[in-house]
Amino acid sequence: MFRYVINRFFHMVISLFVLISATFFLMKAIPGDPFTAEKKIPEQILQRLYAQYNLDKPVFEQYGIYLKNILQGDLGISMKMLNQDVSHIIGQTFSASLKLGVVAIIVAILVGITLGMLAALHHRKLIDNVAMVLAVLGIAVPSFVVASLLQYLLAYHWKIFPVMGFNGPMNYFLPVMALTASPIAVIARLTRSSMLEVLHADYIKTAKAKGLSWGSIVFRHVLRNGIMPVVTYVGPMTANIITGSVVIEQIFGIGGIGKQFVQAINTRDYPIIMGITIFYGVILMVARFLTDVAYVAIDPRIKLTQRKED
Amino acid sequence: MKKSKSLLLMLALVLVIGTVLAGCGGNNANTGNSASPTNAAATDAPANEGAEGGEKLAADQTLKINLSSEPPTFDPQQAQDSTANAILKLMYEGLTRQNAETGKAEEGIAESWDISADGLVYTFHLRDAKWSNGDAVTAKDFAFAWQRVLDPKAEQAAPYAYQLYYLKNAEDYNKGKVTDFSQVGVKVVDDKTLEVTLNNPTPYFLGLLSFYTYYPVHSSVKDNPKWATTPDTQITNGPFTLTEWTTGQSLKVTKNPSYYAADQIKAENINFSIVNSGATELLSYKNGELDRAGNPIGEIPTEQLPIVEKELPNEFSRKGIASVYYYQFNVTEKPFTNVKIRKALAMGLERQPIIDNITKGGQLPAFGYVPPGIQSNEQEYRAQVDDKQYFTENVDEAKKLLAEGLKEEGLDKLPLTLTYNTSESHQKVAVAIADMWKKNLGVEVKLENKEWGVFIEDRHNLNYQVARAGWSADYNDPMTYLDMWLTGGGNNDSGYSNAEYDKLVKEAQTSADNAVRQEKFAAAEKILMDDMVVIPIYYYTNNSLNKEYLKGSTIDFSGAIDLSRAYLLEH
Repeated sequence: MFRYVINRFFHMVISLFVLISATFFLMKAIPGDPFTAEKKIPEQILQRLYAQYNLDKPVFEQYGIYLKNILQGDLGISMKMLNQDVSHIIGQTFSASLKLGVVAIIVAILVGITLGMLAALHHRKLIDNVAMVLAVLGIAVPSFVVASLLQYLLAYHWKIFPVMGFNGPMNYFLPVMALTASPIAVIARLTRSSMLEVLHADYIKTAKAKGLSWGSIVFRHVLRNGIMPVVTYVGPMTANIITGSVVIEQIFGIGGIGKQFVQAINTRDYPIIMGITIFYGVILMVARFLTDVAYVAIDPRIKLTQRKED
Repeated sequence: MKKSKSLLLMLALVLVIGTVLAGCGGNNANTGNSASPTNAAATDAPANEGAEGGEKLAADQTLKINLSSEPPTFDPQQAQDSTANAILKLMYEGLTRQNAETGKAEEGIAESWDISADGLVYTFHLRDAKWSNGDAVTAKDFAFAWQRVLDPKAEQAAPYAYQLYYLKNAEDYNKGKVTDFSQVGVKVVDDKTLEVTLNNPTPYFLGLLSFYTYYPVHSSVKDNPKWATTPDTQITNGPFTLTEWTTGQSLKVTKNPSYYAADQIKAENINFSIVNSGATELLSYKNGELDRAGNPIGEIPTEQLPIVEKELPNEFSRKGIASVYYYQFNVTEKPFTNVKIRKALAMGLERQPIIDNITKGGQLPAFGYVPPGIQSNEQEYRAQVDDKQYFTENVDEAKKLLAEGLKEEGLDKLPLTLTYNTSESHQKVAVAIADMWKKNLGVEVKLENKEWGVFIEDRHNLNYQVARAGWSADYNDPMTYLDMWLTGGGNNDSGYSNAEYDKLVKEAQTSADNAVRQEKFAAAEKILMDDMVVIPIYYYTNNSLNKEYLKGSTIDFSGAIDLSRAYLLEH
């Protein structure tokens, strides 16, 4: 286990380095810079601005400076949002995405698994059919359609929830519903199919024959074995949801990190682009790592040390 | 216990990720809120005392407005955009203030001024005004702020430094040619007197002083480069102070009791949300969560404009603003060196259908370059110089000109690439115009859209044939439009050069006589349109929705909003 973690950490550092380098040079390759504007800034002033942000230096030197700063844990300051630390901007915007994301993940997992379990246990009955129709809808309808529909019906038409903002508990309902529609559907389907498979396994029959209570069978054997595919899915889903859904944030007026990222790319705010890319990269890697660790915890047959790195 | 182990694990997983990452967010979120308003309760007048006869004010004077973009900075000397303009107008006040109705500069922090006979020296007498921390606003604060803008050694270069190039020696100082700031045309005579010397008589200088680059800043900012990034280090001299700010989410300004005219300010707080979705903003407005929606700081979706105009006639407001939408030629590249071809294209399209079917905001068809709303010689420029005289929409004439032009160039077909920056609205206009040119003139147009940064760079480098462009006023004078087409001008990205035109604009720049200036402007614009460097398409409008109980918000000639005197009626 220890060796695995070290190994994994090493890989993460290399991946991060590749990510930083690729993003840095690709970003610089896009024409335009943070000071491009319809009203042109006089050459003299522009040169001073370039010098101030080291943009006048050759791109490799800029890269070197950036790597050096990163190693010291310094993500720099934004070029557009004047003098603001990149880490501060990431912190403020990510805290919104995270709050929303955590709620959404919990809701998605709880509702998804419950729905999948109910469907599997009532295979081919009404509950199963209803749950699966909902699941198909959840997967098929894009989140922005769900979001707009919810916003129109529940906020504008019936005035139950506010249209936008992110100040109180009431603000959570609509974005969480929109954000979780598709993960709930996926989780429900995964749980259902893998539980169905497990339900027909021999050891379940054995358990039944031994006279174990139904609840005990379902929770100790069926769910535990049936949940593996869900764990695989939850890792990337977690990363996906907490890194901020640009569309959902936009529709409900939530100042999350996704919105900030898009804006930074549009305005060529180099330090923010880099900062958020690195941040996203770390989250994705950590989420994958934790997924692997969770495997071991749930299924003792899996040993991390035996797994080949990809 | 064991039964639910897997579920618990799931939750644990979620929580672990949560706690690991929450470290980034927690602290910062707190700093945003720690600067809660301390003096919000200090009001001078009871809230329900009607100001004008019969009006009953709402008890809660908290305005709710949306910003479709976040102000990148609250430093007046660094700002460059319209959102910052709207917020800084609430937080600061310059030597003059602009009266939105008349477009004229009125007394601000300066209560009076004297102008020398040659129009070059202004002496300002400051009123007893205070900063939000109680310090007196002095002439030194203005000199300090202006030096911040111009100082070539300043840690942070000011992109809008050129807005101060009207001051004597300011440009040379900014470019390092003059090293002594005392050579620059701003002199602190005493705490209450500021003497300003200009390069040229500049009739619109008083108006310029109400612009944010000219605002004073408190001397405490000197030692703190990050002063404008948190609310509690921002000491302001305007009607409001910034009290809360969460990046990407919201900001809040609260009435400043130290403001010299605090009795005129009825709003206690203005809460700004930051949401860049027009559809959400409109829905939120209709739901009563916002008091105002739309331009200039918000947005209403174009396709909704005709609908809300009908649906909410008492709340809908439309105002022409001093901005123009046009296509420009790269006049250095054949065959667009040929003025007949350029003219043919300008005459061969119909503007009203574009406005009715695409832009839908009641824009005005444009035939000149200086938009309505710009003042010159005590009147609106456009009212004195009719733009219809320059050219008309005339397909037959256009065909004839095109044929002649093509013959002169030895071509039988016009190769034409129309470039615009990627945006749905620009695309729709471009498609419509390409279609008109094809139908009316038989010209096959290749459409090319480019992402903003690429687009601007290509335009600056004359790497295009015909490109979309827009221009908004920096100040209320035709000069803000006409000086850009000077030979080699920083914003002249058409390659246009005409000695006669340059001469007229320079003469206007150095003249103090408004009648003479007006004459030169008209002559210069005529040359510009005869040479057809640009194809004017429409003059912009601002479309907004204002709840009937929202009063006192004003929009000036350029489309900038002033919310400082806004308030709510009982509703």
